[in-house]
Amino acid sequence: MTDAPVDAAPAIAEDALVEGSSLWRDARARLKKNKVAVGSLFGFAFIFLFCFVGPFLSPYDANVQDLFSGAEGPSAEHWFGTDTLGRDLMVRVMEGGRISLLVGLVATVVALAIGVIYGATAGYVGGKVDASMMRFVDLLYALPFTIFVILLMVAFGRSLWLMFVAIGCVEWLSMARIVRSGVLSLKKQEFVEAAVSLGYSHRRIIVRHLIPNVLGPVIVIATLTVPAVMLLEAFLSFLGLGVQPPDASWGVLINEGQTNMEIYPWLLMFPAGFFAATLFCLNFIGDGLRDALDPKSAKD
Amino acid sequence: MLKFVAMRLLQGAFVLLGIYAVTFLLVAATPGSPFSSERAIAPEILAQIEAFYGYDRPLGERFLTSLGNFVQGDFGPSAVYANRTVTQIIAESFPVSLKLGSISLLLALLLGVPAGILAAVKRNTWLDYVPMSVSMAGICLPTFVMGPLLALVFGLILQWLPVAGWYGPEFMILPATTLGLYYGAYFARLTRGGMLEMLNQDWVRTARAKGVAESTIIWKHCLKGGLIPAITFLGPALAGIISGSFVVETIFQIPGLGQWFVRAALNRDDFLVLGLTVLFAAMIVVMNLLVDIVQVALNPRLKYD
Amino acid sequence: MFLRKLRPSLGILIAAIFGLALASCGGGVPETEKAAREGILLIGNGTEPKTLDPHLATGVPESSIMRALLEGLIATHPTNDLEPEPGMAESWEHNEDFSVWTFHLRDALWSNGDPVLASDFVYSWQRILSPTLGAEYAPMLYVIKNAEAFNIGEIEDFGQVGVKALDDKTLQVTLQGSTPHFLSMIKHSSYSPVNPRAVEEHGGMTDRQSGWSTLENFAGNGPFRLKSWVTNQVIEVERNPHYWDAETVKLNGIRFYPIDNANTEETMFRNDRLHLTNTVNPDKIAYFQEIMPDKLRISPYLGSYFYRLNVTREPLTDARVRRALTLALDRQLLVERVTKGGQAPASGLVPQGIPGYGASTTVQYDPEEARRLLAEAGYPGGQGFPEVEIMINTSEAHRKIAEAIQALWREELGITVGIYNQEWKVYLDSQSNLDYDIARAGWIGDFVYPSTFTDMFTTGNGNNDTGWSNPRYDALVARSRVAESEEERMAIFHGAEELLLEEMPIIPIYWYTRVLLQDPRVHGWYPKLLDAHHYKYVWLEPEGEAGGQ
Repeated sequence: MTDAPVDAAPAIAEDALVEGSSLWRDARARLKKNKVAVGSLFGFAFIFLFCFVGPFLSPYDANVQDLFSGAEGPSAEHWFGTDTLGRDLMVRVMEGGRISLLVGLVATVVALAIGVIYGATAGYVGGKVDASMMRFVDLLYALPFTIFVILLMVAFGRSLWLMFVAIGCVEWLSMARIVRSGVLSLKKQEFVEAAVSLGYSHRRIIVRHLIPNVLGPVIVIATLTVPAVMLLEAFLSFLGLGVQPPDASWGVLINEGQTNMEIYPWLLMFPAGFFAATLFCLNFIGDGLRDALDPKSAKD
Repeated sequence: MLKFVAMRLLQGAFVLLGIYAVTFLLVAATPGSPFSSERAIAPEILAQIEAFYGYDRPLGERFLTSLGNFVQGDFGPSAVYANRTVTQIIAESFPVSLKLGSISLLLALLLGVPAGILAAVKRNTWLDYVPMSVSMAGICLPTFVMGPLLALVFGLILQWLPVAGWYGPEFMILPATTLGLYYGAYFARLTRGGMLEMLNQDWVRTARAKGVAESTIIWKHCLKGGLIPAITFLGPALAGIISGSFVVETIFQIPGLGQWFVRAALNRDDFLVLGLTVLFAAMIVVMNLLVDIVQVALNPRLKYD
Repeated sequence: MFLRKLRPSLGILIAAIFGLALASCGGGVPETEKAAREGILLIGNGTEPKTLDPHLATGVPESSIMRALLEGLIATHPTNDLEPEPGMAESWEHNEDFSVWTFHLRDALWSNGDPVLASDFVYSWQRILSPTLGAEYAPMLYVIKNAEAFNIGEIEDFGQVGVKALDDKTLQVTLQGSTPHFLSMIKHSSYSPVNPRAVEEHGGMTDRQSGWSTLENFAGNGPFRLKSWVTNQVIEVERNPHYWDAETVKLNGIRFYPIDNANTEETMFRNDRLHLTNTVNPDKIAYFQEIMPDKLRISPYLGSYFYRLNVTREPLTDARVRRALTLALDRQLLVERVTKGGQAPASGLVPQGIPGYGASTTVQYDPEEARRLLAEAGYPGGQGFPEVEIMINTSEAHRKIAEAIQALWREELGITVGIYNQEWKVYLDSQSNLDYDIARAGWIGDFVYPSTFTDMFTTGNGNNDTGWSNPRYDALVARSRVAESEEERMAIFHGAEELLLEEMPIIPIYWYTRVLLQDPRVHGWYPKLLDAHHYKYVWLEPEGEAGGQ
């Protein structure tokens, strides 16, 4: 009789066509509402493009020196200034970003690969095998990473790729732990029982049923591992064990800048600024993802 | 409880043994000798030096001999720092690192935990974003930037604080702040996460619906559980601060343990590396045990896990 | 209401920080002034010394400290490196051909009260030459007759070695051959005496782990004695009342601070905690010249920075290629723009400043000739030149130089070289195994004489590491040891060096300088080629006494 029922009918009809909302869809919606996380996503995207596309747009080469001009502050020709050998700082920050981001991403992928498989297997198999696998992880946890990374770097130092692997080998431990506890709790759920009773192979269950369901926390941890790796790389640069010259990562640039920050502050400001901003964004994205993927953290 | 502790200590002993073996092999496999230097050493002299430290014996024999000595408490001499033993080196530097570490940790807790609680309670408001962003800065600026920056501002420009050395209480401020900010940031985030988890529980909702005061909910009910992630991190954090503060020690010239970790590895000083590694591992084992005990005390349900 | 609970802890924190800040700032006498009034010199000394045993120590930080604690036959002259300053020996003679030297010792005491005897020197030199001690610098004593044979175990009776105590105060040394510069050599710490009683009481002559050189047991005969040793913090020495010339010593003590990081050291200096630094960040030299020119000191140092070329690898087997690489470098540009430490561009191997030896001028910047040579060798304009790599050990400074050289070669010769760094120990191994193309290297002279540089490149010498071998060069070096006059010897050194520079197994780059910051209160500290200072002639002038306060 009134307008309301007439309006409600089309609304209800629309709803009926919509599928049931999945975890992913809910998560995405929550993520969109988190302004800081979304801002960070855009920020990271900008930094990523800046570093990977930027050098093509810049007239300068990161390795061309100008010994006659030396370090000069930001100017119209060099927006970020130049370093002590006269190289344009902006291009060096861009290319440094390429390396730092690459190290972060690749090492994290390595850590992910090892950690997920190890953790899922331990959690799934359970029992004594699980216990001994986790004791091994405890053992590795108790190793002082300073000494070990140094020794590994010395042994593998010359190849950038081997460095990724070395760093990844140090970072996979937390990943394994998280995946294992996730799998352990999933194991008790009914859909797994169902799969087992249906006769699926263990590998299939692990790969197709368990891993996708722990993906949430794994993604979160991965986004938080990238900054940890980048910091580790910066520390190695401080020791002189990181990237080889004349390539320079942000860690190397920051180290150079830090020794001269009193007289050439821009040499520190720009690389450190970009480094911090990247870590900032990644951490907030990780936080946002965690908040989004946790069903109980929805606002009322 | 006693059985639990005893079991964990026994497991810990096995862990230490495993670590000893792994470290020994890794150092033996890494290229470079503790005795190489820019001036060439005559082969006969090198042979004498190596014989003195036992490097001329086969790997297996060296392993067993040093393990035997270790168990009896003799960690061996330093191959590089002649007439100093590993025990001496550790005994001199460990107390310094312990002191610096404890103060930094205290500072980190004082800064981080309240900030994290605040952020969790006032979630998604400015009181959440600002402390979290500041704490993020603590994590995102490496210590080798934060340290010199603080030294420059407070030491050279303002001339308020001394910048290097370890001669009195005022020397502790800058290094402890550098480390404290870094770990404080972690504590803030962990506390925020832990408190959020507690605050989102269904029973909290129920309590609110029943009209329980918010502050009672926060302090009386959620705090214990909310602090758990921070407390879990306390153990590794302390061990990490004590051994990993190489950067802070180098920048502020502090005679602590962190410098020795890096030096021993770079010098290939086998016995020193082994001594430090076992010390670090032992610290972690003990810390984890203490943390687990505290956790069980805070959350009795864990006993059955 | 919630915030109220947080306020107390924050309040305490802020109060504490302010309190401490107020306590430490405002109205304090700077540490440097306090120390100057007490007569204590504060020195930044680089790294923590590995040991203070003169027979086991090999580094510069160690020798700086040992020079305060021990004195050999000849001590360090305050200003002139060529002038022998009497130490334990108050007079000496030598025979016609400089192969037998006799030293007359003065009356002097060890810090534990023992008299210094000639037999102490015999004991000490036997110690460093004992094979089982494994002293790395034992070869410094090989000029002594049969010393090498004893050290490598060929003979077992030390009595056959050319050093004898004729009586308590007379020491006679017989050398392998004519060595007029013997007095320069024995200033080196490896010739230092040690107190036999202290050594025997704490482990014996050949015990490497001997505890005699620790804080508690150290016995020395120098102007100072050990007062405290806090690892990685400070080593303090105080006036030694038993020193034979104690009245001349003006300082009351010295504190050596082992500071690894150049920036930390600089901050300490500028915070008035050091009188002398060990080094200066090269990028800041211009800055210091502006803000504190009276404190910056730059002086020549007897060291050579060069690149080794692996002559066993293509294309470096061809001497023309090696000379092309050398001539293409504008060394003046490098020292002005890259190293910026007032270094001298190297025109040869042996650095300038050795009295009696004019440095070579052969190596110059000549890009035309370089390009011609490269073309003649088969790589016109750099075409077809295989990629070689420069190996450096991990360090900012080496990196910058390598990057600059890489760019210069690309510009002048059109060739591309790579750069890689290796961690120190790995780098040392690679060099001795000839596992490199081009390697950065440096060499500091052991004493002020050309032989410490020219001896390096004989065939198979452990410090050669280039694979270069030239029998004529070896012959020249051997002849220099038996030359009959100083002029002849110097001429032979010149001949050897020119031969080396013709074949160019190394690329000389620059000659070192010593750059440091020095507080104007320090007097008696003169630039020395090996930076060896006799502390008994150093004194401090506190501002409080000179001016008013």
